[in-house]
Amino acid sequence: MNDLSTLWVYLSASPIMSIAVTLAAFLIASKINRLAGGSAFLHPVIVAIALIVAFLTLIGMNYQQYFEGAQFIHFLLGPATVALAVPLYDHLERVKQMFWPLIIACVSGILTAALSTIALVMGMGGSRETVLSLTPKSVTSPIAMGIAEKIGGYPSLTAGLVLVTGAIGCVIGPLLFKALNIKDHSVQGFTMGLAAHGFGTAQSFAVSSVAGAFAGLAMGLTGMLSAFILPLVVRFLGV
Amino acid sequence: MLFGLLVLLLCQFFGELIVRYLEWPFPGPVVGMVLLLVGLMINGGVPTGVRQASEGLLTYLALLFVPAGVGLMVHYQLIAADGIVIITTLIVSTAVTLLVTGLVLNKLAAKHIDEAEHE
Repeated sequence: MNDLSTLWVYLSASPIMSIAVTLAAFLIASKINRLAGGSAFLHPVIVAIALIVAFLTLIGMNYQQYFEGAQFIHFLLGPATVALAVPLYDHLERVKQMFWPLIIACVSGILTAALSTIALVMGMGGSRETVLSLTPKSVTSPIAMGIAEKIGGYPSLTAGLVLVTGAIGCVIGPLLFKALNIKDHSVQGFTMGLAAHGFGTAQSFAVSSVAGAFAGLAMGLTGMLSAFILPLVVRFLGV
Repeated sequence: MLFGLLVLLLCQFFGELIVRYLEWPFPGPVVGMVLLLVGLMINGGVPTGVRQASEGLLTYLALLFVPAGVGLMVHYQLIAADGIVIITTLIVSTAVTLLVTGLVLNKLAAKHIDEAEHE
């Protein structure tokens, strides 16, 4: 018995456990999503997070211990972000043609996301920390965390809420495109990438490579412009 | 494939370097993405290895968000206190953002969309 418990201590300290749990949870979540007919309500990422939180609570492991192993998966987000340049390059001609409409749509989207968030949270009496943590919710998580820190929110709370926003966007987006009769994949992709960052981009790649390329472009552009615009908006409104 | 991965990592590395050195407010990988795009434009094409590595990573993009998302468990109390406000805001604001962006772009880019459909 003593041997088994030392083995357990060793295993939970090595990254194997966190990585295996993350991959297993994601596979199970993808399977559940397929069984549910691909419904975005059961987005694989959200289901996987719920499964992992339940599992960690069950075995009494805290987030820091988990992340020590899971950071190896988290690290790949960096090169994956760089990789978005490839689909973007493939569709460069269309991006060039639509340059100004894309920039104007991007700035209107960023302002709509930030102003509606601030108005809603303050209107419903949420705390100041909640307002500031939620303001960068449509921005891709690494940039959103930086913005939250700068304007006075909680970066780790922002990171989580950014993901929930992404999943919500994946549910609402397709319904909205149908209702508004928006059929063009470049418009759909750009809209999804702006409002639902990486989640919207991952979902857009499943629609077509044009949609994915425009989503990746929107995600990058929204992130960069937001880093400048959001601190100014917050200061101007005196939140 | 390995060559492609190295290229992606080097772009990220120089992206991080530029961001730290110039104290820009956005993260290294986004600058890395711009560096790779400029590199591909100069090169005039995507090397096979780079395409393989990037497609491999982008296929599993959604999985890569999971470890950060599990971090929500740390903020259980704040979420419980402001839960209704948070979830209402996320849903309403995301819907409005999608609506405004989609309509603006659809209107402004109508000319290009028609052209693309005729191609």
